[in-house]
Amino acid sequence: MSATTARLGYLAALVLLLLAPAAIYPVLIMKVLCFALFACAFNLLLGYTGLLSFGHAVFLGSAAYLTGHALSAWGLPTLVGLAVGTAAAALLGLVIGALAIRRQGIYFAMITLALAQMMYFVFLQSPFTGGENGLQGVPRGSLAGIDLSNDYALYYLVVALFAAAFWLILRTIHSPFGQALKAIRENEARAVSLGYDVDRYKLLAFVLSAGLSGLAGALKVLVFGFATLTDVHWHTSGEVVLMTLLGGMGTVMGPVVGAGVVVLLQTELADKVGSLVTVIMGALFVFCVLVFRRGIVGESVALYRRMIGEKTR
Amino acid sequence: MTEIFGIPLAALMGQLMLGLVNGSFYALMSLGLAVIFGMLQIINFAHGAMYMMGAMFAWIAFVHLGVGYWWSLLLVPAAVGAIGIVIERSLLKWIYKLDHLYGLLLTFGLALIITGGFRYVFGSSGQPYSIPPALAGAVDLGFMFMPKYRLWVIVASLFVCLFTWYMIEKTRLGAYLRAATENPALTQAFGINVPVMVMLTYAFGSALAGFAGVLAAPTTQVSPLMSSNMIITVFAVVVIGGMGSIMGSIITGLGLGVLEGLTKVFYAQASSTVIFVVMVIVLMFRPTGLFGKEN
Repeated sequence: MSATTARLGYLAALVLLLLAPAAIYPVLIMKVLCFALFACAFNLLLGYTGLLSFGHAVFLGSAAYLTGHALSAWGLPTLVGLAVGTAAAALLGLVIGALAIRRQGIYFAMITLALAQMMYFVFLQSPFTGGENGLQGVPRGSLAGIDLSNDYALYYLVVALFAAAFWLILRTIHSPFGQALKAIRENEARAVSLGYDVDRYKLLAFVLSAGLSGLAGALKVLVFGFATLTDVHWHTSGEVVLMTLLGGMGTVMGPVVGAGVVVLLQTELADKVGSLVTVIMGALFVFCVLVFRRGIVGESVALYRRMIGEKTR
Repeated sequence: MTEIFGIPLAALMGQLMLGLVNGSFYALMSLGLAVIFGMLQIINFAHGAMYMMGAMFAWIAFVHLGVGYWWSLLLVPAAVGAIGIVIERSLLKWIYKLDHLYGLLLTFGLALIITGGFRYVFGSSGQPYSIPPALAGAVDLGFMFMPKYRLWVIVASLFVCLFTWYMIEKTRLGAYLRAATENPALTQAFGINVPVMVMLTYAFGSALAGFAGVLAAPTTQVSPLMSSNMIITVFAVVVIGGMGSIMGSIITGLGLGVLEGLTKVFYAQASSTVIFVVMVIVLMFRPTGLFGKEN
């Protein structure tokens, strides 16, 4: 695909997104967008840097809690609240990332998971989070005189911020920095020998990913008006892995597609099959790992390349 | 009454023993993880589900089949081990050549399937499982009354842990196992059936988790949710200990259990996080863990 076609594709997607609330319930699209952003941020690490963080929900959840607290208890303006949550997640990313990048592969995954679980207990016991009940009744506030409690008004804010974040991710991937990340993913030893300060690159990617996941969580609390322990639970960390894997890790659009499929599946199935949802998600996981490792987008691209007779790796 | 740092001795000892009991479970679980990781290079995320299955099977066997605790202690690990064999043969064997991360992801999916399945069938409320009559009551240890069952948990799991250590470090079978871990191709060339050993290792590791589950059943509410926090805590234990040695996981498991128990006495709010805090501290100074080797 040439750069122009890609750009046209993104533009078409944006236009569709702007028109979508005419046909679909905006809260549902906003939910998909939040998780899509979360998955894209996660994919920056897994797909482009080769780091499997298994505790990424902690950034989503921390930002959700802090934004919620900033809006309801401190009464900060909406945008400032979003910034507080995002910055907090990035800061937390700096701490967790600095500890975790000292180990690789599965150890990295386990450390991120365990650190996230530690934060889970912190949120469970902190006085401001409401414990098992979570943070309820977070106000959406207003922006430039527009009342955001209107779903449509909020929708366009979410779309704007999503598009901005997506653009940032796109720029990152295609920048020299992104190329260095890919080099680390492909062969870390070689990247080191080429003179890259690998740890600094990894940490920077981690912080960026954590901050963007935080933005997703901050938006999520605006959309739903509450933050709960589910947001920080490791099941949510697992879900974002599934979204990325299902959509296609290391592809730009994969996480978006994966997030859409998983969120829609869950909303459709939740009241029909009860706890079987977990079983279905698990089966999807196993299926992806065993036979569908390139994900929906990855497999489609491979299929397209085969059809036009281009050689694949 | 005797006091240490303003804490009654009996309370301190009580938590210490409780910590040892928890530590026994951590030791059994991280030992199983270490054995599986050594042979398959897979971090078995389904390990917590195996533990939960052990407890659930014991409860099901008792309620529906009238099978008592002692038979369960023998039969349930065998059953969980058999399930381990099925999982290894049908799923895991396809991914050995891939990046290790896929093993983690696959077993994560498995854990979701197993826990979700049990929740669908049995619901998520906890079920009581009574202590076997022979171990009811308590013994007077001089400084405190110790429930017999908790003593039994410590003794039984220590025995199993040390037996496993002996098998792996001191016997011929263990030597094959270690050889196959070091160099599977060469070991295979010496006429040792490595795939079968891999399969049995996974079964054995799963059986260990199942055994821990049966042991845990009378001390807790048996429910499909019991795996959830256990597995993450054990991961932290593994990170702290480092995957290096069998003895390392036993010692780290017990030690961290005790530490957790002591924290409960001095600053109860931190008891659920203390292991993770220790993990952070250990990682700052020894990224490979206490007993870990750099690979």
